[in-house]
Amino acid sequence: MSNIPAELKYVSSHEWIRLEEDGTVTVGITDFAQDQLGDVVFVELPEAGTEVDAEQDIAVVESVKAASDIYAPLAGKIIAVNEDLADAPEKVNEDPYGDAWFFKMELANAADLDGLLDAAGYAAICE
Amino acid sequence: MGKQTPLYDNHLEAGGKIVDFGGWDMPIHYGSQIQEHKAVREAAGMFDVSHMTIVDVRGPDATAYLQKLLANDVSKLKEVGKALYTGMLNTNGGVIDDLIVYRMDGWYRTVVNCATREKDLEWMTAHTKGFDISLTERPELAMVAVQGPEAIGMVQKIRPEAADLIDGLKVFQGLPQHGWFYARTGYTGEDGLEIMIPESDVATFWSQLVEAGVQPCGLGARDTLRLEAGMNLYGNDMDEDTSPLAAGMGWTIAWEPAERNFIGRDALEAERAAGVTMKQVGLVLEGRGVMRAHQKVVIDGIGEGEVTSGTFSPTLQCSIAIARVPANTADTAQVDLRGKLTDVSVIALPFVRNGQKKF
Repeated sequence: MSNIPAELKYVSSHEWIRLEEDGTVTVGITDFAQDQLGDVVFVELPEAGTEVDAEQDIAVVESVKAASDIYAPLAGKIIAVNEDLADAPEKVNEDPYGDAWFFKMELANAADLDGLLDAAGYAAICE
Repeated sequence: MGKQTPLYDNHLEAGGKIVDFGGWDMPIHYGSQIQEHKAVREAAGMFDVSHMTIVDVRGPDATAYLQKLLANDVSKLKEVGKALYTGMLNTNGGVIDDLIVYRMDGWYRTVVNCATREKDLEWMTAHTKGFDISLTERPELAMVAVQGPEAIGMVQKIRPEAADLIDGLKVFQGLPQHGWFYARTGYTGEDGLEIMIPESDVATFWSQLVEAGVQPCGLGARDTLRLEAGMNLYGNDMDEDTSPLAAGMGWTIAWEPAERNFIGRDALEAERAAGVTMKQVGLVLEGRGVMRAHQKVVIDGIGEGEVTSGTFSPTLQCSIAIARVPANTADTAQVDLRGKLTDVSVIALPFVRNGQKKF
């Protein structure tokens, strides 16, 4: 049974989104995703400053098992990436919702948040 | 639901993540395959390999039969208990399977792969014609591999009655005791044992080893360990369309005596005479990325090859691969990693033995 925190939003490609107080969002991959992937060995992140569209593939997670593309959940601009993941990719397995955040974004349209899944909606997908 | 070994409940108890493997429900890991891999390199880990196929060969013609069936020569086994690794070839010189055969007291035991069981049994049976022998499969024997620098000591602690027998085992030798069979063989590049055990006893043995601190290890770690050790995986590194000469198995072919007409000999001799065109090498990617089976290998000015097995090496902390490339490939190449040609080093296998980098 994977962990799906109630306060986060989700997309069907197994990323979580946390709305921060300043209107930016933090994005990572879910517990379900890291469990499916197995031991993560490399994480390739976009550069801060990159403009992205919703569903655009912008990062790669490479596990012992396979390489997986990670998609921008919403349109906007990448404002920060988690440099820690370069030296400690295993954090993705150990703390997917905390230490292993992937990137932070400024949204093109705040209203886009309404289209995201809530915890219950995401749980239904994982079944 | 697939077939289950007698250790299935033990795997669930240890948190095993169960996947299908050749029709069997087996643990791919128990939490982290990288941690399990490290346990084997640094201390002791154990694998349920009960899904593998054990076939005993008995009868007056057993030696002659195996000398025909196998590319390596069982008459090389000078002592009871000694074993050898060999390919079993078809008439085109392609590899039907790879296996280990132990010389027992007046008979032989072979251990073949799980996924190839049906075709191996069919082939082995078909070729008994003209030989006074019998083949007996031993599905009631479970098998556990305990591997790592502390493995042998752990087993001796749990089975003190076998401690002396184990002390006397040479590498690639196995001996029986009270229905159990202890072999100093393995698929990890570490010292250790592969033990055949009556199915009624294996769960207790496994539990005792867990209590003693031996780490249960799944199929994921099994693959990264054997790849580091430069050991072939049937179906990946060779198959029925691969010559052993192109799969790093040349050393397993006993050409002498020249009169030993093992199945596939003619084809291999023709290949040798014409010049073997491909060879097996190791690849090391020092940068980021993981090489995977079927990726293209490009050697500038020489030609192309293919990755046959690839993974991330926990010991070396980078990606390694086994590849089949043109025979005159030197020490660099490029691998097509998801569309990008990436520089790699070409080395002679193995990558790691007894925990040490070997290149």
